Amino acid sequence: MKILLVLLDKEIRQFWRNRFLPVMTIVFPILVMLIFPWITTMEVRNVGVVVVDGDRSSASRRLVSKIGASDNFSLLGTAPDFNSALAALEAGEADIIVEIPDGFGEIRAEEHRNVSISANGVNAVKGALGTQYMLQTVMRTQAELLGEKMPFSPADDIAVLNLYNPTLEYRFYMIPALMIILMIMLGGFLPALNLVIEKEKGTIEQINVSPVGRLPFTLAKLIPFWIIVLAVLSVAMLIARFVYGLTIAGSAGAIYSASVLFVLAMSGLGVTVANHSSTMQQTMFEMFFFVVIFVLMSGLITPVESMPEWAQWITRLLPPRYFVDIMRAVYLKGTTVAELWREYLALGGFALLFDTLAVVAYKKQA
Amino acid sequence: MTRTVISVRELTKRFGDFTAVDRISFDVREGEIFGFLGANGAGKTTAMRMLCGLSYPTSGSGTVDGFDIMRDGEKIKRRIGYMSQRFSLYDDLTVRENIRLYGGIYGLGRRQTQERMEELLRRLDFMSERDTLVGSLPLGWKQKLAFSVATLHRPGVVFLDEPTGGVDPLTRRQFWEMIYEAAAGGTTVFVTTHYMDEAEYCSRVSIMADGRIRALDTPAALKREFGAATMDDVFRKIAREAKRI
Amino acid sequence: MKGFASFVKKEILHILRDRRTMLIVLLMPAVLMLLFGFAISTEVNNIDVAAVVPKRSEEVRKALERISNNPYFTYKGTVSQMDAESCLRSGFADAVVVFAPDFGVPAEARTDRRPKVQIMFDASNSNDAQTGEWYLRGVLAGESLAAAMPETRMLYNPQMKSAYNFVPGIMGLIFILICAIMTSVSIVREKENGTMEVLLVSPVRPLRIILAKMIPYFLLSCINLATIMLLARFALGMPMAGSAAGTVGLSMLYVVLALALGLFISTIADKQATALIISAMLMLLPVIMLSGMIFPIENMPEILQFVSCFIPARWYIDGLRKLMIEGLPFAEVMKEFLILLAMTAAIMAMSLKKFNDKLE
Repeated sequence: MKILLVLLDKEIRQFWRNRFLPVMTIVFPILVMLIFPWITTMEVRNVGVVVVDGDRSSASRRLVSKIGASDNFSLLGTAPDFNSALAALEAGEADIIVEIPDGFGEIRAEEHRNVSISANGVNAVKGALGTQYMLQTVMRTQAELLGEKMPFSPADDIAVLNLYNPTLEYRFYMIPALMIILMIMLGGFLPALNLVIEKEKGTIEQINVSPVGRLPFTLAKLIPFWIIVLAVLSVAMLIARFVYGLTIAGSAGAIYSASVLFVLAMSGLGVTVANHSSTMQQTMFEMFFFVVIFVLMSGLITPVESMPEWAQWITRLLPPRYFVDIMRAVYLKGTTVAELWREYLALGGFALLFDTLAVVAYKKQA
Repeated sequence: MTRTVISVRELTKRFGDFTAVDRISFDVREGEIFGFLGANGAGKTTAMRMLCGLSYPTSGSGTVDGFDIMRDGEKIKRRIGYMSQRFSLYDDLTVRENIRLYGGIYGLGRRQTQERMEELLRRLDFMSERDTLVGSLPLGWKQKLAFSVATLHRPGVVFLDEPTGGVDPLTRRQFWEMIYEAAAGGTTVFVTTHYMDEAEYCSRVSIMADGRIRALDTPAALKREFGAATMDDVFRKIAREAKRI
Repeated sequence: MKGFASFVKKEILHILRDRRTMLIVLLMPAVLMLLFGFAISTEVNNIDVAAVVPKRSEEVRKALERISNNPYFTYKGTVSQMDAESCLRSGFADAVVVFAPDFGVPAEARTDRRPKVQIMFDASNSNDAQTGEWYLRGVLAGESLAAAMPETRMLYNPQMKSAYNFVPGIMGLIFILICAIMTSVSIVREKENGTMEVLLVSPVRPLRIILAKMIPYFLLSCINLATIMLLARFALGMPMAGSAAGTVGLSMLYVVLALALGLFISTIADKQATALIISAMLMLLPVIMLSGMIFPIENMPEILQFVSCFIPARWYIDGLRKLMIEGLPFAEVMKEFLILLAMTAAIMAMSLKKFNDKLE
């Protein structure tokens, strides 16, 4: 225990002595939290639309004027046929082509034909979001048209209640994810880097011939980064609260306890990787590999549910996947630890596994 | 007859097909300055690493201060000091911080560390540099400091792996005075070097080539045996027969 | 020139010696391509729906059947009114459809104008909620509206395979990782170990030494480019209708740019750790977030759109999309090519100037 304190003192002094590291660990998270939420909106404005109106009725005109009125679309005009609309799309002006077939207004009639929406798939996100908006606009128009022909509109029969995020801000969904990305990068890279620096410089040799045990040595390498990451998380949560107005729906205790487990797992992984490598380059490349997979596969940016079975199975082996579920549920929905016990258990398992590996992988005698 | 501090029998280390250390045996007595010589690649660093508990022998046995190098590596580490050819203090810590760190690692109390630190700084005439980052000290100073730190906990044996590499003759001289002082105080010194003039300062010298010990005796006896005027000549004669250099 | 060749050889040996790093560098692109090609998808195609049914009726049964049959939804069964919120909170369902007891009673026979169905959404993912809402509305409103769902399709990317979208992004990421980070680290490493000075006092000109450091990474990147293009064509079935030579040309330029960036980092960092952190934090994330790889640039606030103009990956990815997905000829990416060329020249000039300053 005394040795641990001595080593911790050393690590903390070395951290502050570095000109670059403390600044980076403070400035980087703040920048990320201030900038990236504006990027991850998943809302597109000004999706360029070309309409091919084959109906030319009051119904189709109503749809066209709705498109024109929406902020999401910028109506570029109408085209006589699909091919000339396609030319506009190929020129990069239009993103979506809407074809309104003859008989569009006759929704209940036999001769009704469906609207078709073609999107430019090159920028898949814009295409997909534009398609969704268009789908909503068409459906809404159709429901209105139908309602006018009946005493009750079927659309009025449905009330929608959006829980947890009533203003429908996608940003709120992404802010916990950004916190996780920060924790992955800081919690994984920094301890790995810190350990491999000692290896490259050869100072670890001096520790190896000393009676310092591998547990205190490894702990001294991990603990400062646990503190740093939790501090960064706190700053990020303050920014979320005061800049974006996002409060924690659940308990802060639930967030912190999951974060502790997560940072234990990530730092354990970092130190394990560093223990197995001899150069910084090696360590960093292995870490990059993990981090890229973690960031892109654990549901941070794209939904896990839309992956194929086998890929979803792989995500079960990724600690961030569980953490993503916990953070979003607790932060936005106020889910309790009791409801998320499986995810907590999984995170705890990973923390135990990686930290044990970190201690075991450190060999004083080869 | 003084106590035997290091005893090695048939010690061997193989890396794959390569036998770095090939069945070496020797004894080192308390208070000796034992010179461990050999050309680069002769296997001396590998042998030393086994004695310090950094590396497991492939076969053979050995004890350091009565403890088995195979089983009791961690116990040995409490009793030895070690300074390697690659400079081994933390560059980004100050002189005092380094001393305090190693005092803490070897379980010296706060008061004891403080006392020894002051004594050490005075002896090295380092008082004015105590808050300087080690990284900005000249190499010779670093080396002297590293030796003092390696003996801070008064170990029975201190292992020095090419401690004087790259320093000027004057500093080397001072460094060896420190070694003599430590040996006079009863510390056994196990030192590898390839400066042959330094070999002359040792109580006994072993010369390795191709992973084997080719000669082991006092410098005077070795010169007699090989009919050479200096240790340098002895070394050349042995090195000439070596296959791997 | 002979000195130069021996330097290149030394650098290649360095890389070959480090088997593990080499393996990762060569395998990473393939693994990422396959994972993202087959695993990642941005679309929402599965919303878990539970229902609260106070009174069973033929109309309710039909509505539930329409939900079950819709590929967009997974029907999770009925829950009680009391549990409705907790099953959203615990993540058991993404939406709960609450039927009123008089659901399906013909409009003429109704006594009030209150809604007959309520959809409760877990709107924490607002995007899913908004899309899901209109699908659910369509399905619930009855046969006629359900049947009138517009048909949608993606041009150039007919199966809406995200791979198509991710491939350019992955390429933008990998070359930055390999070229910029590895070169910067390997140069700074020599600085740190003091071996750089040994090289600099040799008769070979300093510029050549730097060039020698870059060549092996350039070669590695060529292998990676080949792997990626072959996988894109044959494993992911990307059309690559555009000019393959154009794709190669644009990529080579980007690789050179990344190498120059690595050189630049190495001139400002004096420790490997610093070089790595600059690369990891200032390059990895911006490339993922600001290049349009995932989040469309048009959505960003003006100021960030402006910032993204300075991110080379943005132009590279744009160009690749045109060449690899849209199948446009090389002439169409002239703008991107020239911008990247100008950036390369600027970074090269800056880093060489810094490098020479340091020598003096």
